[in-house]
Amino acid sequence: MTDPRIADALGRLPDYLGNHILVSVTALALGLAVSLPLAFAAFRRPVLRTILLTVTSIVQTIPGLALLALFYPFLLGVAALSERFLGFGFSALGFLPAVLALALYSMLPVVRNTITGLGGIDPAIKQAAIGVGMTPRQSLRLVELPLALPMIMAGIRTASVWVIGTATLATPIGQTSLGNYIFAGLQTQNWVFVLFGCVTAAILALIFDQLLALIERGLTEHRRGKIVAGAGALAIIIAVALLPGQIRAQHGYIIGAKTFTEQYVLANLIEQRLAAAGLPARRRDGLGSAVIFDALTAGEIDVYVDYSGTIWANQMYRSGSAGRAEVLEKVGTWVDEERGVRMLGSLDFENSYGLEMTKVRAQALDIS
Amino acid sequence: MQPPAIALENVVKRFDDGAPVLDGVCLTVAPSEFLTVIGASGSGKTTLLRMINRLLDPTAGHIFVGGKETAAQDATALRRSIGYVFQEVGLFPHMTVAENIAITPRLIGWTADRISARVSELLVLVQLDDDYTDRYPHQLSGGQRQRVGLARAIAASPDVVLMDEPFAALDPLTRETLGRDYRRLHDELGITTVMITHDVLEALTLADRIIVLSGGRVVADDKPRDIIDNAHPYVAELMQAPRRHAQKIGQLFGSSESA
Repeated sequence: MTDPRIADALGRLPDYLGNHILVSVTALALGLAVSLPLAFAAFRRPVLRTILLTVTSIVQTIPGLALLALFYPFLLGVAALSERFLGFGFSALGFLPAVLALALYSMLPVVRNTITGLGGIDPAIKQAAIGVGMTPRQSLRLVELPLALPMIMAGIRTASVWVIGTATLATPIGQTSLGNYIFAGLQTQNWVFVLFGCVTAAILALIFDQLLALIERGLTEHRRGKIVAGAGALAIIIAVALLPGQIRAQHGYIIGAKTFTEQYVLANLIEQRLAAAGLPARRRDGLGSAVIFDALTAGEIDVYVDYSGTIWANQMYRSGSAGRAEVLEKVGTWVDEERGVRMLGSLDFENSYGLEMTKVRAQALDIS
Repeated sequence: MQPPAIALENVVKRFDDGAPVLDGVCLTVAPSEFLTVIGASGSGKTTLLRMINRLLDPTAGHIFVGGKETAAQDATALRRSIGYVFQEVGLFPHMTVAENIAITPRLIGWTADRISARVSELLVLVQLDDDYTDRYPHQLSGGQRQRVGLARAIAASPDVVLMDEPFAALDPLTRETLGRDYRRLHDELGITTVMITHDVLEALTLADRIIVLSGGRVVADDKPRDIIDNAHPYVAELMQAPRRHAQKIGQLFGSSESA
């Protein structure tokens, strides 16, 4: 405990861990609510089964970070439509896209194991179920599901480990998670943070896996005690995760920061200045460069530091260069008129790009 | 006059577009009769049995159980009223002995008290100790499993029990004991039994009446005492082995007794 970084990391744990558990559990619950009925419907229907397995497999090939990022612009569009036609909008940043993307990510192991488990039951057993007078529905409930249960639970356990692991990637789309340690740590070369994030996420995944395994054993061995113990422990973890949420629900300015070192520093400085002026403020660190400007225009964050050239190229789609003063002026006018954003002014630091090469190479290319 | 327990009229069964598996089978089984069905693999024995409780439906013809045409009845209700013993036992591996036995009464909606009383009664009938109640099928021997299978089939007091090579997987000694025990149950409870077997000796010793299926038709239908002299070439061939065994064994026992 001598390293101050450890104390710092521990101080953030309730917020990061609580959010991580909430987003993971919500995503898992949603994923199961969709996957299980779909798998039950599909396992006797070859065409539907093939479509379902193909689609969920394709989803799995999309890198987790990309999948999470893709949900942001998608939801932004949906939110705009909803605002226009239904009269209410919703936040396209953070919790919602993270839950949707992670739920989608959880589907493959659940769907595949459920279909494999139900499909792998000895036909003689199914024949016996019908023969003793069960309806197909009773056969599914009394015989096929209990026999496939270990396989289905194995799928749910895999999904929970995947979701808890992948939820660390929800940080760049604005969902606080244990990934905040990792992204901040990578940018500020704070390896204690990176390790802390990885280890806590791994421990959380293991705990969930073991508790689900306990429930599974309780179900297969008809031991009510194990089911209650496993489900109870999960319920307590979720309840504890909800607690920091109550404390967090506070008002104040929200300062955004991208995943660069100077962004963390600048956001911290802004927070300190606001605090000194007696204004409550908090930071939303590690937002992806692609989402942060939209987050500002959507009112998800109140302020952040951006680079005039980035807005010039990525938002205004201008190519070619102009003088520094001209870019700054045009960007200021554009964000005001087109997006309703006020440019507060320029900071006294330059963040231009430079080109570096060895002298030998420069001489060879005749560049001076 | 009491209607036959089971009656088949010109039953034809064809799968897809292939040759008929059963081709115009007529058969009646009297109440409380014990009928065995023998015949080569692929002669349609199992198909015949499965059509009686509508696990399969005939392509043509009529089937009656207890005087009522099966096609006009709800298939699930019909199956609950008929006991069925499966070839590979077919016990549910995740259910205890008691739960397996109780399944049909449970589906019919008996009360828990009535079910548990019935389970105890059945365990006595099939000669299993009470301490087997909470065991799982994998903890039992083959013979014990099939005793559970028998108890499950007669649990809801059916008038008709169908048996598909029930003792085929058992060792000869267990097979003989279980066969005799079931025959005793059949007599005590007044059940009508149709049993498929490929063991001619079993068919001859257990049944009141035997039918022989060949090429989808009934080629012989007689009492055991008479079927051994049936002139049909296939039936005569089937009876050859038991006849030789009987002669050989008669000599052996005869010589040991005279010694």
